[in-house]
Amino acid sequence: MPDYNEDDYLLLSGIQHFNFCRRQWALIHVEQQWEENVRTLEGTYVHRIADQPLLREKRGNKLIVRALPVHSGTLGITGICDVVEFVRDPAGIPLSGEEGLYFPYPVEYKRGKPKKNDSDRSQLIAQLMCLEEMLACDLSLGYLYYNETKHRVEVPVTLSDREQVKAVLQEMHHYFTKKHTPKAKAGPHCQSCSLHNVCLPEMLKKRSVASYIESRLSE
Amino acid sequence: MKKLLNTLFVTTPDTYLSLDGENIVIRREENILGRYPLHNLEAVCTFGYAGVSPALMGSCAERSIGLTFMTRNGRFLARVTGESRGNVVLRKEQYRISDAERRSALVARNFILGKIYNAKWILERATRDYALRLDIPRIKKVSAALSESMNLVHSVEDLDILRGVEGSAAVQYNSVFDDLILQQKEDFFFHGRNKRPPLDNVNALLSFAYTLLSNDVRSALESVGLDAYVGFLHRDRPGRASLALDMMEELRGVYADRFVLSLINKKLINSKGFYRKENGAVIMDDDTRKQVIKGWQERKQEKIIHPYLNEKISWGLVPYSQALLLARYIRGDLDEYPPFLWK
Repeated sequence: MPDYNEDDYLLLSGIQHFNFCRRQWALIHVEQQWEENVRTLEGTYVHRIADQPLLREKRGNKLIVRALPVHSGTLGITGICDVVEFVRDPAGIPLSGEEGLYFPYPVEYKRGKPKKNDSDRSQLIAQLMCLEEMLACDLSLGYLYYNETKHRVEVPVTLSDREQVKAVLQEMHHYFTKKHTPKAKAGPHCQSCSLHNVCLPEMLKKRSVASYIESRLSE
Repeated sequence: MKKLLNTLFVTTPDTYLSLDGENIVIRREENILGRYPLHNLEAVCTFGYAGVSPALMGSCAERSIGLTFMTRNGRFLARVTGESRGNVVLRKEQYRISDAERRSALVARNFILGKIYNAKWILERATRDYALRLDIPRIKKVSAALSESMNLVHSVEDLDILRGVEGSAAVQYNSVFDDLILQQKEDFFFHGRNKRPPLDNVNALLSFAYTLLSNDVRSALESVGLDAYVGFLHRDRPGRASLALDMMEELRGVYADRFVLSLINKKLINSKGFYRKENGAVIMDDDTRKQVIKGWQERKQEKIIHPYLNEKISWGLVPYSQALLLARYIRGDLDEYPPFLWK
């Protein structure tokens, strides 16, 4: 498969929006709409802790790097890893400017607590795939850190996980090329969506405008 | 629907607005006149010369708080906007429709339909509320004529014909507008619309209310990513916010005219606040202008049920909801643009 042109890269963080709701993703990434709500502000706050690109820490056998920009030409995505932990490992890879061999583990910061569905995972998996491509290595593990529980969850990554992420990204590229905003599938998740007021999911279930006008005129 | 935040109107001339942390601070000479947190604000509107610090401009742009400068009489001067919102795909489709006369007419006719419908129901409501004070047959006759115009508009696909129908409907409506003024008749009367400059008290009030409304409509259009300068009924003219004028058609009567009538009929203002200049131009004094703005703000907080969305919103969000519906129509989510048909 040919690599994507750099201009056509999509934002990695969009995967999470896309998994939550395709229309939400399109409103944000195609239509460039954004509204803050409590959850998005909380998210920004949580990431403020991780977003310190000039902070580099060495702890024992770990090298901790924050706000690491990553991309993948084959997937056509670009984004930022909140934290990548490079752990010394004899089976690892060499890093420029560092002694010894390391294995990278992406850590993605999330507000709230672990969710029942695995909507947070695909973003992490995409980050891991970017790291694999940029560092020419094979990885199998990442972490999700949850701000509410102050706990990290280990996320093993399988082949079928990767296939799934690839499929989702292809769909995203397809919509983006068409500049198409899919219709909403309204549901309970709409209540927590920051773009509820822009999306107007209920509107799509309503009668046609033509019949609205007809009925008003016949009054 | 989103929440309506406050608009801060600064009517005291020679004040300076600056940023202090998350607050807007209003100063006059060395004195601090007021301090308001930014997160409660939707827009800031200043009348008369008022300086604003660049830091505050930046903060407003970043948070999409509309910052507008007007002359003391409410003529629009300038506005500070940040990065343009929304996306180029939406705007290009707007331009394509605007370039195609027939497609423009299909949108424009719904603006006009809204205008005539709302005019009709302003009159109908008056005949109901003031049956003993009004010349009912006279008003009913106009109402019937407006119904006829509506039926015509409904199938028009040509902009010139649409303008013709709209013009005659406006003449009909204006012919009885004076009847709706029930108090202070000797000081407040309407013999026709004049605006540059307004030549009587009612026209001065109407002009000012339209200015306030156009400001809200323009910001609403831009906040949903549309280009307020590219219209469908109003064609391009440099410096004219044609789309804002289009959308105002359906809102003028129901939003601004009714507001002006209630100011007069409830005696919230009186003729002492109006000055006639040597050339006949009528201007309002500062206190009256403040009174009008206060009433406008109160009106915006009142709740209604949106006729199409069927959702409870405040009057102040009507321009935003219509702008959003227009954007959704342009994006292809809706079969037509749903005008605000208020009864």
